[in-house]
Amino acid sequence: MSGHGKPDDQITLGSAVGESVLRYGGADRVSGAQQYLSDLEFPDTAHVAFTTIESGCAQINSIDTSAAEQLPGIVAIVSADDLPNAKRFGISHQDRPLLATDTVNFHGEPVVAVVAESTEIARLAADLIEVDFTPLPGVYDLDSALADDARLVQEPDVRPGDPLNHSNVLETAEYAWGDVAADEPSAHVIVEDTYNFPMVNHFTIEPGGVIARPYEETGVEVHSPIQHPFLLQRILASIHDLPLNKVRVVAPDPGGGFGGKQTPRYEPLMAHLAMRTQRTCRLVLSLEENFQLMRRSGCRIHARTGFAADGSIVFHQMDVDFHIGAYADVAPRIMAKGSYVGAGPYRIPSVTVDARAVLTNTTPSCAFRGFGAPQVGWATESQIDAGARALGMDGLEIRRKNLVDAGEAFIRGDHEATADGHWHESLEKAAELLEWDTPKPPNRGRGIAVGIKPGATSGLSQSLVRLLYDGSAIVYAGTSDMGQGARTLWKQILSDELGVALEQITIISGDTESVPFDLQTSASRSTVFMGGAVLMACEDIRRRVLELYAEVTDVDPDTLDHRPGTIMTPAGTVPLVEAAQTALGKLRGEFVGQGTNRLRGKSGHPLGGDAAFYEFNATAIEVEVDPDTGEVLLVRHATVGDVGKELNPIQVRSQDEGAAIMGLGHSLMEQVMLDDNGCIRNLGALDYRIPTYNDVAVDMLSASIENEDGPGPYGCKGISEGALLCTAGAVGAAVADAIGVPIRDLPLTAERIWKAMQARDSATADN
Amino acid sequence: MNDHLSQLEPIDVTLQVNGTPVDVSVPAHRTLLDALRDDAGFKGSKKCCADGECGACSVFLDGTLVNSCLVLAVETEGSDVTTIEGLSVDGLSDLQQEFLKAGAVQCGVCIPGQVVAAEDLLRTNPHATATEIRDAMSGNLCRCAGYERIVAAIQAAAETRVTIS
Ligand code: FES
Ligand code: FES
Repeated sequence: MSGHGKPDDQITLGSAVGESVLRYGGADRVSGAQQYLSDLEFPDTAHVAFTTIESGCAQINSIDTSAAEQLPGIVAIVSADDLPNAKRFGISHQDRPLLATDTVNFHGEPVVAVVAESTEIARLAADLIEVDFTPLPGVYDLDSALADDARLVQEPDVRPGDPLNHSNVLETAEYAWGDVAADEPSAHVIVEDTYNFPMVNHFTIEPGGVIARPYEETGVEVHSPIQHPFLLQRILASIHDLPLNKVRVVAPDPGGGFGGKQTPRYEPLMAHLAMRTQRTCRLVLSLEENFQLMRRSGCRIHARTGFAADGSIVFHQMDVDFHIGAYADVAPRIMAKGSYVGAGPYRIPSVTVDARAVLTNTTPSCAFRGFGAPQVGWATESQIDAGARALGMDGLEIRRKNLVDAGEAFIRGDHEATADGHWHESLEKAAELLEWDTPKPPNRGRGIAVGIKPGATSGLSQSLVRLLYDGSAIVYAGTSDMGQGARTLWKQILSDELGVALEQITIISGDTESVPFDLQTSASRSTVFMGGAVLMACEDIRRRVLELYAEVTDVDPDTLDHRPGTIMTPAGTVPLVEAAQTALGKLRGEFVGQGTNRLRGKSGHPLGGDAAFYEFNATAIEVEVDPDTGEVLLVRHATVGDVGKELNPIQVRSQDEGAAIMGLGHSLMEQVMLDDNGCIRNLGALDYRIPTYNDVAVDMLSASIENEDGPGPYGCKGISEGALLCTAGAVGAAVADAIGVPIRDLPLTAERIWKAMQARDSATADN
Repeated sequence: MNDHLSQLEPIDVTLQVNGTPVDVSVPAHRTLLDALRDDAGFKGSKKCCADGECGACSVFLDGTLVNSCLVLAVETEGSDVTTIEGLSVDGLSDLQQEFLKAGAVQCGVCIPGQVVAAEDLLRTNPHATATEIRDAMSGNLCRCAGYERIVAAIQAAAETRVTIS
């Protein structure tokens, strides 16, 4: 199932889509030539370092910079007092200050920024600055944040007019259909439990950073590996009162994004420093600082589910609390979108989901592959297995019974959502790959789970394509190529649509000065949205070629037509590139095509619109648990995505396996841990473990279901998150199957499993 | 204060990088990784953990695979360093091409380190099994988790090297 990439010259012209075309920019990535943010060099650069304090919540009393000021090579030392008019910023809530203002609200929040002539001087000065602070009774977990006398993470005036501004609940979401009270009596079995999903870090191998420089006299140019350059441009313009054309955002390819690099954090401050000092200001983060920049929200879910005697789900109720951190970022959206699909892709007559986004004095959480769905799915999938165990069914059987068919509603009520794929095919394929029905050796367990995530609910992607006289072409597309390989797909689409050889195509991205608008690179949207825009730009070019060709060759345009790569004339077909040359004639020149792909939202819809597509995945896992230590060995891990169509099979494999293995992190080993002062205890790689080569299943299998039923080009859907949506559910069920008891708190560390086995044995001994 | 500043006193170091002599002037605590990247201009080696845990900074130091973030630049006086840039002087190596064909490259930031570590493995154990590859490579983290693809790439390169030799 591995497949093999093919170099460009081995691909037949006109059939690039569907082939494993090698990654665009891949050669630079294997040779070390690829320039990430920290590889960029500018003349006359000044370096930035932050002063932070060892507390998650504290009152700042005074700041003594005198020793630091004595160092040679200091350019500027800036604290909140130096920024009296600075606005707070954010996506849905403008709640985040440029620098900690009066209080520090999470561990690592910068208090002072030092700008100096070298990184060493900046670091030394930042360390010499003394911040006098008084620790405050911070709230570092859900219970303390929700307590009646909890200290408010945000003063009410940070969110004026917000009815919830006197509590730590930032936002809520409620979804309900059917009538639980009426349906409950028909339940044969009711299972009820509480589940926990840990806070985890993105741990991008590129920790990140920002370089900001003066631009066009009064403006600013910001280099950031940000997934949404146009969003950053808008926010910088708004908080610094600049027109958009005075804000240039250059976005080098992120060295891993996974959602963590979507939103602005230090960019507004860095822009300010560059404008204030009129210098190029450079900040490159350490991995430790990255831990204080981004994380996935933790989650606690209380669930109650009723099943009929035949295994049908009768009702499902959930209370979901997302532990989001000190500032909103996009966490309210994650809470709303994750819990929207909280009841899973099942046929359930009655459902209630009540969700809250809860502020705490911790790293502000943000988007992370799966966007809330893995957290909520952990509970729902575990509940389904609990029901199966109570009824003597297995995990496959109960899902066969309840999974919706294509076109059937799984979210009911005013804004129902229906299955946009034949999801049973994925479920069956995963079971088949795992050899679900074969006998199991001792200490082995099997689990199967399904996951679902709504794709984008609105969007706008614009693209320009230039077909040059000699038959080469340039695509301008703002999608961030953070590892998913977006540019490779634009190349494939253009090649087929215009008949241009793969080697003759250049892709330009990541610069608001030269590339047209793209809303964002998120929610696995780009192949559908930007892919569609590139396709439209190619069709636009074909129409323009046809028109000019008709004029130049003096034929009636109505007798001509166009198809991918060709112009059809009464005399036969002409390759598009040849027709373009004929049309352009002696003056040469080029054709410019434009594509705009817009999905307007729907007013009144709880998510602002219907999802353009759903990512659906079925994962089946076999584990072997060491009965003495609780250690888990993954024997087999099968992931199957409902992808519509694989435009580039090898890239689909990479993304699918990558997501699946990443999902093992929060399932088995990862969790950010805090001390009593809200400081992160396992900051950095020494104490925070992510999956390595040795954590991957002995048999790692990835497959796709292709029914060409997606809304994107050639029937594709987005694919990059699916395989991590239900990893935890499958691992959890497999471990429960192996040891005979379920565990409800992630990650399933050897210690937790060992304890569960001990409790199991003492319970049996007591009986 | 003088104590602080004395940390920054530069020390001259001469080493060979990819066969070329390089002179740098670095503070005593600067790592080989930082010296390679910031002083000598070899930016192919990447910095993630700076703790010897991720392998993004892997280079050969006098023929031995090391995490260059754990070596002080001043210790490398007279040494011979090979970085990722030194592995593709005449175009991409067979191993690098196999990385591409296997779909091993996603965001790419860990890849220089992976290629250097894989090159070391192919040199020291040309017949490595998949299990040996996983063990040998387990010090190189990839958050895009292209692990299966990288193992396939190393196996493919190993096969052709063994056939050729
Ligand atoms: S940067 Fe050297 S091992 Fe991580
Ligand atoms: S390719 Fe992204 S971290 Fe390895």
